[in-house]
Amino acid sequence: MAYTSQEILEGLAEIVAEETGLPTDAVVSEKSFTDDLDIDSLSMMTIVTHAEDKFGVRIPDDEVKNLTTVGDAVSYIEGAQAA
Amino acid sequence: MTAAPASRDVVVTGLGATTPLGGDAPSTWAAALAGESGARTLDNDWAEKYGIPVTFAATIKVTPDQVLSRPETKRMDPSTQYAMVAAREAWQDAGAPEVDGERLGAVVSSGIGGIWTTLDGWDTLQERGARRMLPMTVPMLMPNSPAAYVSLEFGAKAGAHALVSACASGAEAIGYGVDMIRAGRADVVVCGGTEATIHPMPIAAFAASRTLSLRNDDPQGASRPYDVDRDGFVIGEGAAIVVLESAEHAAARGARVYAKIAGVGLSADAFHITSPDPEGTGQVSAMRRSLEDAGVTARDVVHVNAHATSTKVGDLTETASIRTLMGGEADHVRLSATKSMTGHLLGGAGALETLFTVMAVHERLAPPTINVANPDPELQVPLVRATPEKLPDGDIVALNNSFGFGGHNVALTVTSA
Repeated sequence: MAYTSQEILEGLAEIVAEETGLPTDAVVSEKSFTDDLDIDSLSMMTIVTHAEDKFGVRIPDDEVKNLTTVGDAVSYIEGAQAA
Repeated sequence: MTAAPASRDVVVTGLGATTPLGGDAPSTWAAALAGESGARTLDNDWAEKYGIPVTFAATIKVTPDQVLSRPETKRMDPSTQYAMVAAREAWQDAGAPEVDGERLGAVVSSGIGGIWTTLDGWDTLQERGARRMLPMTVPMLMPNSPAAYVSLEFGAKAGAHALVSACASGAEAIGYGVDMIRAGRADVVVCGGTEATIHPMPIAAFAASRTLSLRNDDPQGASRPYDVDRDGFVIGEGAAIVVLESAEHAAARGARVYAKIAGVGLSADAFHITSPDPEGTGQVSAMRRSLEDAGVTARDVVHVNAHATSTKVGDLTETASIRTLMGGEADHVRLSATKSMTGHLLGGAGALETLFTVMAVHERLAPPTINVANPDPELQVPLVRATPEKLPDGDIVALNNSFGFGGHNVALTVTSA
């Protein structure tokens, strides 16, 4: 069963909110993890670990640096679960 | 006319705590004066699941998730969470002093460190593999994490330190804070101790060392220092933090002063890894050095907060040491064993008992020692029992003793401001 991009966005927003204390509605596609959401590298890796768990995908470390925005992460996870 | 304070005098201007007796310092002190016990039966299956022979502990009264934000509780080991709760209270209690970060220190100790995080990480690795290990695991488990987070919280750049000396850690941290101010490296230091070890592994380990009380049918009566029927300590958790300040700095901003930390005395037994030297040589040295450092004598001491954990050997060694040091003057001391109420906070104990000693001097009230139905006939110092006792007016001197596995001895001399 694959998650839709909307479900991934909602799930990711919950993970980010849990890690950062931001409201879930602040976590939208165009936001940059570092510039807009002020997420440091250790927090980003924590979010990735939880996202892998939640969506049953693998996000290699080399890919994480390409995930600039929330939308990038949603797209990557959507593609990875299809693979 | 009041003389200007000497530049090296160190005063206490803020207090904070989260303990088995209360979620802050005032409620903890009030419960101690009322003779309440913080021990309770554990609501879990550790006894059945692991065969742990102890089914109770002095658990924290107000859990940090009621005080801290959700991201904070996720990023900090419980030991750091307790320290943060207490540090914020102490800082506010001190009036949130305006101080240059370069002149502000943080010294927060834990005897054992982030053991919940360490063991959770090991469970994760075994059950789910390395990919599931959380990236924050190392900064959460490191024993300097409470000191580091307190330093981050207040911008303390004069130094962040975590001295480790088992159950003397919290007192040693405060002693180190005093030294930082006296040496001119800081004007204000946020310091104290914390511990969060009510986890089945450390409880099983302490039980294996035969140091825990097994009085499962009466948790509140289990911690009974100096009672003939004492059978070991009650494991507790929590944190206590004090704000220390040079007397000059405190006076310049008109801060409320609770008391002075006038003397720091340290020693090591170099005798046995867990047993105190039965001659008490190291304990006597620590107390003597502390009083000398404060420029007072044994006959000035009116109150001692004993380390007294409720073990057969430890309790009596300490009172024999006090008698050796003070001779007949020990008859004038009011001795309190507050672990009878709080349980043993391990790395937090020395800080909490320093806080109690500061409050005892400030309010001229020695807190009670509960559960002493039949005082040990070998007890050599007058004990404050069921109700608090008044301390004299005028200039008074008190001691807090804290001793740790490894033979670490710390004695802090607290004097009226």
